[in-house]
Amino acid sequence: MSARVFVPADSSALSVGAEAVARAILDEARRRGFDIELVRTGSRGLFWLEPLIEVETAAGRIGYGPVAPGETAQLFEAGFLSGGAHPKALGRVDDIPYLARQQRLIFARCGVTDPLSIDDYRRHGGLKGLERALKLGPKATVEEVLASGLRGRGGAGFPAGIKWRTTAGINADQKYVVCNADEGDSGTFADRMLMEGDPFLLIEGMAIAAVTVGATKGYVYIRSEYPHAFAMFERAIERARAAGLIGPSVLGSGHAFDLEARLGAGAYICGEETSLLESLEGKRGQIRPKPPLPAIAGLFGKPTVMNNVLSFASTPWILEHGAKAYAAYGVGRSLGSQPFQLAGNVRHGGLIELAFGATLRDLIEGFGGGTRNGRPIRAVQVGGPLGAYFPEKLLDTPLDYEALAAAGGMLGHGGIVVFDDSVDMARQARFAFEFCAKESCGKCTPCRIGSVRGAETVDKIIAGLDREKNLELLRDLCEVMTDGSLCALGGLAPMPVLSALNHFSEDFAKSPARAAAE
Amino acid sequence: MSGRTAFDVDLARTLIDRKRATPGGTLPILHDLQEHFGYIDDRVIPLIAEALNISRAETLGVISFYHDFRRFPVDGRVLKLCRAESCQAMGCEDLVSHLERQHGIKVDDAGDDAELHVETVYCLGNCALSPSALLDGEPIGRLDRDRLDAIVADAQGKTQ
Repeated sequence: MSARVFVPADSSALSVGAEAVARAILDEARRRGFDIELVRTGSRGLFWLEPLIEVETAAGRIGYGPVAPGETAQLFEAGFLSGGAHPKALGRVDDIPYLARQQRLIFARCGVTDPLSIDDYRRHGGLKGLERALKLGPKATVEEVLASGLRGRGGAGFPAGIKWRTTAGINADQKYVVCNADEGDSGTFADRMLMEGDPFLLIEGMAIAAVTVGATKGYVYIRSEYPHAFAMFERAIERARAAGLIGPSVLGSGHAFDLEARLGAGAYICGEETSLLESLEGKRGQIRPKPPLPAIAGLFGKPTVMNNVLSFASTPWILEHGAKAYAAYGVGRSLGSQPFQLAGNVRHGGLIELAFGATLRDLIEGFGGGTRNGRPIRAVQVGGPLGAYFPEKLLDTPLDYEALAAAGGMLGHGGIVVFDDSVDMARQARFAFEFCAKESCGKCTPCRIGSVRGAETVDKIIAGLDREKNLELLRDLCEVMTDGSLCALGGLAPMPVLSALNHFSEDFAKSPARAAAE
Repeated sequence: MSGRTAFDVDLARTLIDRKRATPGGTLPILHDLQEHFGYIDDRVIPLIAEALNISRAETLGVISFYHDFRRFPVDGRVLKLCRAESCQAMGCEDLVSHLERQHGIKVDDAGDDAELHVETVYCLGNCALSPSALLDGEPIGRLDRDRLDAIVADAQGKTQ
């Protein structure tokens, strides 16, 4: 029997040499006359261990990592094909505490299976959610999603079931399902990992939505910064079509649903749902005022269910296990699991899927092991470039929608970026405006002009010009942008700024000479 | 990524025709054109406008809205360097100044004939291995000065 070896083809793993490792293993096996089957998987999300290779043994899957291409000969000598001892051996991968302590509902298969094998997907429990949705019918499926308490994982946290019910209740000649895979927030990579590591789960989730609301066509809008995810997802769509998971009759049910992947073009604003729709329609990605809501008049003016990758990917589990089982995870009105993404200056960055309610400290210290360079943590940005910066003393804030909002922040897409004590928070505040100015679609004045004026005002504060007056002006500007912007880009850009001002005011009060010296 | 085929109106027309019936096909068409020619030549504007029954102004408006679409050909390699928060926390701005100090390469400001174009990008989804970059579409994690020096040397050697 040939040994099965697993090497990730996830783009993070590729970024640290997984391709060369895969090639070296094949070469070495050939040279030594071993018959091996090399399976390319997604990533487990333990990125400091990448390239993390795994071998199937009687005792389970044994991991080795991080492996350099030059180490493969040693690994063969150590008998890694049967789990032999080696300095890079990690034991059973499922037992690594970072993984064992997680509650993986969405990411259960990611890094385990061959992402492009439908058989592998089925063997690991895939398609059961869709099968049950087909059996239940649209009404009961909507009820199930509503009862699960699933809220949009893109950032806004709007109940997914309400969107579905709205679109399902409208009579129209054409309806659409659109997946927002324009994962632009810094510090987030869960959508990318899922599309590269378990794309059929997203396809299954979208198919569930489609048969539930009566949509026959779906689009997945993937950002162009993710070329590997796009290529992988296109291949997954082809396979899904060939296997009858999508196409003229979804799993033989008679429901037609086809899917197309579309590539973005480097505009952060296209992660805003109405901009994304404009972009899909072939226009500039400028936002549309709401109402009408996309659920009523979305893509090409038709009723459209729009959700984030992780929202769709949550529904197969919900349908398979039931809303009650799902709602047993989490706290308060934040139910189910959330894939958190730990990044920045952190020792053990990666994907951590947990029920809502863990604290920032659990993640950063418990999972992340503190900063990578060992310096003290000074600030943690949660929820992407529009999220708040938290100081060390707020690290015991629980990660759920309400608790973060109460602390002046937001969960966003679940990204957590750690900064050490060398960070200059006035500079970070300036960057928030600069980013907003670059990425503003230009439709509304508070965002388009406010962001430019905001950066200038922070510059004046840093330079020590009329500091008190400019600080007051800055807060006033933040209020105008928050209240007056059409969408979340201009509306939330003040959040990182205000959190920096409120928690790190000393960084706005340095003498210009000192600021320049640092 | 950056194509190397010289611009050819007939090929452009073929590429446009292939997707003229695609609903909302402007971006797919522009991506195809850029993939083949490495940039969006102004000569395609009337062709797209006619094929999609939109104005030339609207066509240009779409092209200029998106950061990805280039209006002029680039030679040499393209390094997209992430400068978003996670990479900032791991020193991407040090890499930016290193490029300028050590190699005279300005980010987002290379000459048309530069061997290496370094461009700012905000997030490549490789944030657990920051600083991160894409070199002609290939991901690079834990980018540091040494690796950057090697990339510069390689790019300069390649086109010499």
